[in-house]
Amino acid sequence: MVDEQKCKGCGVCVPACPFAVIELSEEVNGKGYHFAYMHYPEGCTGCMNCAIVCPDGVITVYRTKV
Amino acid sequence: MSTITLEDIIKPENLVYKKTELLTDNVMSYCPGCGHGTAHRITMEVIEEFDLEEKTIGIAPVGCSVLAYEFMNIDMIQAAHGRAPAVATGIKRVYPNKIVFSYQGDGDLAAIGTAETIHACNRGERIVIIFINNGIYGMTGGQMAPTTLPGMISSTSPYGRVVESMGNPLKITELVAQLPGTYFVTRQAVHTPAAVRRTKRAIKKAFENQLTNKPGLSFVEIVSNCNSGWKMTPVDSNIWMEENMFPYYPLGDIKVDGELVKQK
Amino acid sequence: MPLCVLTGLLLFTEQKFNNKVKKDMGELRLMKGNEALAEAAIRAGVDAYFGYPITPQSEVIEYLMAEKPEERTGMVVLQAESELAAINMVYGAAGAGKKVMTSSSSPGVSLKQEGLSYIAGAELPCVYANVVRGGPGLGTIQPSQADYFQSVKGGGHGDYKQIVLAPASVQEMADFVKLGFELAFQYRIAVLILSDGVIGQMMEKVELFEQMPRMSDDEIAEKYPWAVTGKKKGAERTIITSLDLDSRKMEEHNHHLQRKYAEIIDKEVRYELIQCDDAEYIIVAYGSSARIAQKTIQLAREKGIKVGLLRLITLFPFPNVQIQELCKRGIKGWLAVEMSAGQMVEDVMLAVNGNGKVAHYGRYGGIVHTPEEVLQALEEKIIGE
Repeated sequence: MVDEQKCKGCGVCVPACPFAVIELSEEVNGKGYHFAYMHYPEGCTGCMNCAIVCPDGVITVYRTKV
Repeated sequence: MSTITLEDIIKPENLVYKKTELLTDNVMSYCPGCGHGTAHRITMEVIEEFDLEEKTIGIAPVGCSVLAYEFMNIDMIQAAHGRAPAVATGIKRVYPNKIVFSYQGDGDLAAIGTAETIHACNRGERIVIIFINNGIYGMTGGQMAPTTLPGMISSTSPYGRVVESMGNPLKITELVAQLPGTYFVTRQAVHTPAAVRRTKRAIKKAFENQLTNKPGLSFVEIVSNCNSGWKMTPVDSNIWMEENMFPYYPLGDIKVDGELVKQK
Repeated sequence: MPLCVLTGLLLFTEQKFNNKVKKDMGELRLMKGNEALAEAAIRAGVDAYFGYPITPQSEVIEYLMAEKPEERTGMVVLQAESELAAINMVYGAAGAGKKVMTSSSSPGVSLKQEGLSYIAGAELPCVYANVVRGGPGLGTIQPSQADYFQSVKGGGHGDYKQIVLAPASVQEMADFVKLGFELAFQYRIAVLILSDGVIGQMMEKVELFEQMPRMSDDEIAEKYPWAVTGKKKGAERTIITSLDLDSRKMEEHNHHLQRKYAEIIDKEVRYELIQCDDAEYIIVAYGSSARIAQKTIQLAREKGIKVGLLRLITLFPFPNVQIQELCKRGIKGWLAVEMSAGQMVEDVMLAVNGNGKVAHYGRYGGIVHTPEEVLQALEEKIIGE
């Protein structure tokens, strides 16, 4: 889950994800940044890599057993 | 197999990671992609995990992180440029049981504050110094720093750093590791998840040293990008950092438990 | 030192002790000014002293190190790597609510100006001493009073003030430490004990006050909520800073500081009037110049000149109101005597505001004037013509 209004679109989370789940969107938020979003949510394993590397801490991770 | 929607997963009981309470809700003033944000976050996570918020006093520097106290949700005191180790000394000497740490950039720690840095290390003040090295002066617009690489372009080295007239990059971390007063000296990074995890372990060790009153200073350097100062995108700046900064500033523990680590 | 100056000093001491009749006297000792300052720091319950050697005040840290106050009261004494580091250590400990001190002499105090401006902006309490020597630059190690502007008008950047106390005896070197901390914490301001090489080095009888207890960490956290002592869970964090990028807030903060200084000007002026009741002329002086001027007054009175002494005890705040009242009473002339090229005299001129003649006399560069020289200046510059 990305806080889209606080995301600055830096893109560091994109290469951090091992499953190419997260991408920068075409849209922009209130500050004009292309925020990150879950482009491929089915691939997310809750590994937290994106959240750990995010400089602004805008990513919250939930995980459940499937 | 039934399809599970996002709404099913996003529930409080499934939470595995969220931003620590010890970061305020203020949007950080750092540039998108800057390592400062990550460094702030993992430092605050460590303080939260060790339950230290009630006895920790942080010292903010002058530089991009001059407003660190707007983002770190603990008692903080602002220091003049470079003076943070002296301010930390003043506090730790009168409150030996509190946890005291300074958070400084490369200009603060290795230019104007060199004397304060070296002497706090030499006296073995039992504090933690977190040193963010991005080889440039970000806050003031991208000037050369003592840690700027040879040939690197900055606003005061527009044709590249010339070693003959401007000196070599200063490896202050290796310098302070030589002093008997330092107990733990390490150099890390925060640009990939693995690096962040290693850095957090290092910061944990540093605060643990202070908690257990180990004799000496714990010094954690974090080599960071500065995409604005280096004039690149965040992702490109991390790659550039890997290719150019790390060979000069190699990552790893330099001194552990008071002993220099054998370099390969 | 010239014999006449010594006589002047002895005379002053005699007068002072004849006028005081005390039943129970505290511990009496013969001490150097610098040593008295140091001993007073321990007795005033100071938590830490951070210093750096410089002549003529190195005795302060030497005495403290030798006394081992960590065994007497738990007080920390640390020799810093520079005067600059020392004032920043003071800033840190003061920001955490502790009683801290430093001391230096003119060139070292110049180094401290950045830290003092930060202390003023962050409104931190502390006491520091400047044992003034001749300057400018590296100067000499002999006494001087040429740091008045730096001390009173603000040597660091920005609109700020600090309370300045000018001891004229070893007794006051001790007493002003206690007074200094009371004022510092009452107003959250730096207090400067502006001494000079004479007062710092000379030896006199001093009555030392009783040991005061140091405050505990919990007492400090409770009494000074503005201090950084660790954030309680669920509470707002405390921040000590002098930065505000919002200029409207910074202006408001400056207004607040100015209101504080106005209150200090209103309430904390201290001075001593000696033989001014029937005086036609007044000498204004502080520190060792005041001691010398006392002898001058005796010599002048023998010649029939009706002159008195206004001894400044606080340099900031300056006794403007008192000077104006004396002008109304008809004082014809004022001689500002200070070991400088003329600094304090400007404040006398401002206060007198044209209602009397004002002149300056002083030797400088490390030379101390004699009572006879002062008398001659009084006759030539104020009375003559």
